[in-house]
Amino acid sequence: MNPKLLSDIAYLTSAVLFIIGLKFLSHPRRARNGNTLAATGMAFAIVASFIFIWGGHVLHPGTNNGLLIIIGIVVGAVVGTVGARAVAMTEMPQMVALLNGCGGGAAALISTVEFANFMGAKAAGQPVDSLGFGATMFGGVVGSIAFWGSLVAFGKLSGVAEKAITSPVQKVLTVVVFLALIVSIGMSAVAHDSMPFYALLAVALVFSILMVLPIGGADMPVVISLLNSFTGLAVAATGFSLQQPALIISGTLVGASGMLLTLLMCKAMNRSIANVLFAGVGGGPVATAGGGGGAGVKKSHREITADDLAMLLSNVESVIVIPGYGMAVAQAQHVTRELGDLLAAKGVDVKFAVHPVAGRMPGHMNVLLAEANVPYEQLYDLEQINSEFERTDVALVIGANDVVNPAARYDKASPIYGMPILDADKARNIIVVKRSLNPGFAGIDNEIYYNPKTYMYFGDAKNAIGKLVEAVKAQ
Amino acid sequence: MNEATLVLYAIYIFMLAVFVGFEVISKVPVQLHTPLMSGTNAIHGIVMLGGMLVLAEASTPLLTWLGFAAVVLGAMNLFGGFVVTDRMLEMFKTKKPAGGKS
Repeated sequence: MNPKLLSDIAYLTSAVLFIIGLKFLSHPRRARNGNTLAATGMAFAIVASFIFIWGGHVLHPGTNNGLLIIIGIVVGAVVGTVGARAVAMTEMPQMVALLNGCGGGAAALISTVEFANFMGAKAAGQPVDSLGFGATMFGGVVGSIAFWGSLVAFGKLSGVAEKAITSPVQKVLTVVVFLALIVSIGMSAVAHDSMPFYALLAVALVFSILMVLPIGGADMPVVISLLNSFTGLAVAATGFSLQQPALIISGTLVGASGMLLTLLMCKAMNRSIANVLFAGVGGGPVATAGGGGGAGVKKSHREITADDLAMLLSNVESVIVIPGYGMAVAQAQHVTRELGDLLAAKGVDVKFAVHPVAGRMPGHMNVLLAEANVPYEQLYDLEQINSEFERTDVALVIGANDVVNPAARYDKASPIYGMPILDADKARNIIVVKRSLNPGFAGIDNEIYYNPKTYMYFGDAKNAIGKLVEAVKAQ
Repeated sequence: MNEATLVLYAIYIFMLAVFVGFEVISKVPVQLHTPLMSGTNAIHGIVMLGGMLVLAEASTPLLTWLGFAAVVLGAMNLFGGFVVTDRMLEMFKTKKPAGGKS
């Protein structure tokens, strides 16, 4: 069989496996098989391109390019695999952003090379394929946006400039840069010249920074998902310019499903995509407006000690634990599970309420609690548990903030207005474990701290819960 | 087959893939959003193959290094992506036996 046909059949197999893999990935029970199927598809695709490159003698003669390809794959595979193995579960969102940036960067680099090839062909007097040329430009621009945008998202999630940064100047600037982007795309499309293309890449850099920087850390998952979809589209574009159907199919699949996933994530937070991208939730001024109800009024809160809290928890019938990112970041999921087990052994009915966007990405908290071996039957999602708070003795809020903020129900000025929340304030007692009274990740104050039913238990979640576990054991 | 037909074929593929991409994940539960994002992230690691192709054809040192960088970045995306996704989904798997025992 000739190598071209053999590689095409392997590509076809990989496309089928990707589609089935994605289908499985959206079902809880088959998700892991889905990932394995997609990885198998990728193995087929890699073998196919080896056959295509070596069998078709695509390699430029007289160079070590074949060796370089293998070295490149090995280096990237080792760095990627080791990084992915080493990263802590809490830092998954950053990791996904970083890997997505790699993909976007690769697409931008390929487009740059292809662009140089186009220029070479043009100089040699060959006709320029305009679809391929357009796709190359698209891949370059969108790939760059995905690359730089992901790096900014990574930085923000790692704690550099976490808050939303907005100002009228920045908004005007974004619009100006966006227009500049459109104009330079038009110019380089018409001119078929190299200068506008490199200018385009520079403008794409500025644009992606302006686009991502103003967005608050709490909205980062949506942004990463959007950039993920962008990378997919950029990859599809490189498929057009390289005339590789495998890249077109996979890139487009990711582009389309990533876009839908982005919209679904927004829906889970009851927000629109425009609101996420342009509202700048968590910025200084917005946050003050959000907590404005009680601003200026002296608010008082009550504190509780570990011993008193242990006494309370050991003698009630039901406890609902509401874990948030504060728990995850303090690596307190294991002690929290221990606390849950201890209380359950004392006959307390323990449940974990998982808000859809608890943690930093939808579904992140499920992963973290599962890592700590919290029994599956103890996990409840928002719809299942909200009606139970009224009959519950204690709502134990550990490092969560916005997901229990009652302002989301009525305060139209609040940036989280309309987001479904866990009704912790309806429980008979509320315990909030938190480092301080400072507002949470989204930068919004929370009236639940000042609720007369609330006791604050201050401390780093891991130490605080650890002390509580000791106190419960001593009961 | 002439050039125009090939271009049309590419557009057919693109269009059908858009529909499949939307259709295939239309009903995904919230707890799978993160793993699914990560899984799709791994799939666009196929960009590595594009990097291999441009590196194979590279004729100048500059193009060779650009292509090499594309292969390395693409491979990081590809291998890292699948490993991260598998680590996330592993959690979902161990969850059930753990729940069954208690």
